[in-house]
Amino acid sequence: MRYTGKDWLLAGLTGAALLVILLLLFVLLGQIAWHGAPVISAEFLTEKPGADMTSGGIWPAIYGTVFMTLLMTLAGVPVGIATAIFLTEYASPRSRIARAVRMAVNNLAGVPSIVFGLFGLGFFIIFVGGSLDAILYDDPRPVWGKPSILWASLTLAVLTLPVVIVTTEEALRQVPRELRDASLALGATRFQTVYMIVLPNAKGGILTGVILAVSRGAGEVAPIIFCGAANFLPYLPTDLRDMFMHLGYHVYALATQSPNVDAARPMLFGTVLVLLVLTFSLNLLAVIIRARSRAALRP
Amino acid sequence: MKEITEAALEAPRSVKMQTRGVNVFYGANQAIKDVDFDIADKSVTALIGPSGCGKSTYLRALNRMNDTIDSCRVEGRILLDGEDIYGRMVDPVEVRRRVGMVFQKSNPFPKSIFENVAFGLRIGGEKDKDLIAQRVEESLKGAALWDEVKDRLQSSALGLSGGQQQRLCIARCLAVWPEVILMDEPASALDPIATAKIEELLRELRERYTIVIVTHSMQQAARVSDFTAFFYMGELVEHGDTATMFTRPSKKRTEEYISGRFG
Repeated sequence: MRYTGKDWLLAGLTGAALLVILLLLFVLLGQIAWHGAPVISAEFLTEKPGADMTSGGIWPAIYGTVFMTLLMTLAGVPVGIATAIFLTEYASPRSRIARAVRMAVNNLAGVPSIVFGLFGLGFFIIFVGGSLDAILYDDPRPVWGKPSILWASLTLAVLTLPVVIVTTEEALRQVPRELRDASLALGATRFQTVYMIVLPNAKGGILTGVILAVSRGAGEVAPIIFCGAANFLPYLPTDLRDMFMHLGYHVYALATQSPNVDAARPMLFGTVLVLLVLTFSLNLLAVIIRARSRAALRP
Repeated sequence: MKEITEAALEAPRSVKMQTRGVNVFYGANQAIKDVDFDIADKSVTALIGPSGCGKSTYLRALNRMNDTIDSCRVEGRILLDGEDIYGRMVDPVEVRRRVGMVFQKSNPFPKSIFENVAFGLRIGGEKDKDLIAQRVEESLKGAALWDEVKDRLQSSALGLSGGQQQRLCIARCLAVWPEVILMDEPASALDPIATAKIEELLRELRERYTIVIVTHSMQQAARVSDFTAFFYMGELVEHGDTATMFTRPSKKRTEEYISGRFG
């Protein structure tokens, strides 16, 4: 096909936009990899940070991030998947509840993440935690009603919920109606149809969505500022009520709270690189699962 | 009942299903208007008529598959062995076990051939492996597919040809031992050879099952069915034994449709 003048113009503009994106990505990642890679060592990955934040490692932050991500997944994903199943398989598309839930989910997805942080502080820590303390203990010192890895994880679970719900709904809707009909026509109950036909066929899509949501949650910093992330905490959380270090938050701390920002810079790049590698590997896993589940549907 | 006994005087048949004053609505649209019809036991009944005449809607009312469509409402009485399948105490799941369905587009599950046929048994709670294997074999034989797939029962059903997939769907339906089998244009997406196989199969299945088939092809209706019902604009215009319907239809509309003047 031959390009006319307008085609050249459009091709040029879109091509230039593509180039800008690639360049940005390259500069961003290149710089991080360039400065961060030399810092990475066994010691960096397994040691506690030094008191001045310019030496030592980031193990507590890695541990805290993984721990928090697991808790968040356990708390949020089942609820999200259940909600999506209800919306697509059980609720009538015109029912008021379904419409209200869908609207809520869409609005939830648009809320800035710092607002989730405030919500976590107000709802989980002050209201839920504070009430628990008032009921369980006489002591004025808070046990539950203070920032902790539990509340941070729950806050992030709420943040990732819309993504899980929307992607799961999408995956469930991809399962052809014909398969549902075939199952029902054989005398399967609705539950059997969902459990034995719909879910197995949507598994890949659901898993992909879950992993993408989790990887987004793992990298979020704003919501956990108030809810449990610690600036500097050279020991690992052993209890749900402990505070914890977090890779993303550690980046923020190194860049702004360190006594000597320049001296902390190599640590900063190293931490960013580790955080990126963690979230990228989650994304990569999602891509692989998606490709596999697509292949499985073919003969 | 009157018409059928008259039509089948030589070989009187009992009635398997009866519908009385059946109306089906999609929202405010009425798709089926006041249909009274009897379906004879152990025979093939063809429902014919132009697109949109409601024959598929009527078919789906016979095993309560319309229940799965949100805006759909069924009025009137549909009796299976004298019992109203829309009765208040009746479980639609139970109805669908007795009245199976084969769809226009073959819809095998993305599972192995074996698991496709075994599905109905498994959801029915059958655990006995030998029994399942035996029923799978018997059903595949019943659907004239066994010889073609017996060496690859564990491979994916999606690897079969279109005609084989449709016969697999029939086998899957047979495995739960239904009494009635509803078929919604089962051969419309198939080539002539695959179609011929399905039609041959229908003639065999008639010995054991009550079959209701929706078809676009009048030749097909003439070849495979014992009785034919002609639907037009949601109404049952005429019905009777197939030979009479195709040679001496009593209504003008039927004659016009059958002779290909519209539709």
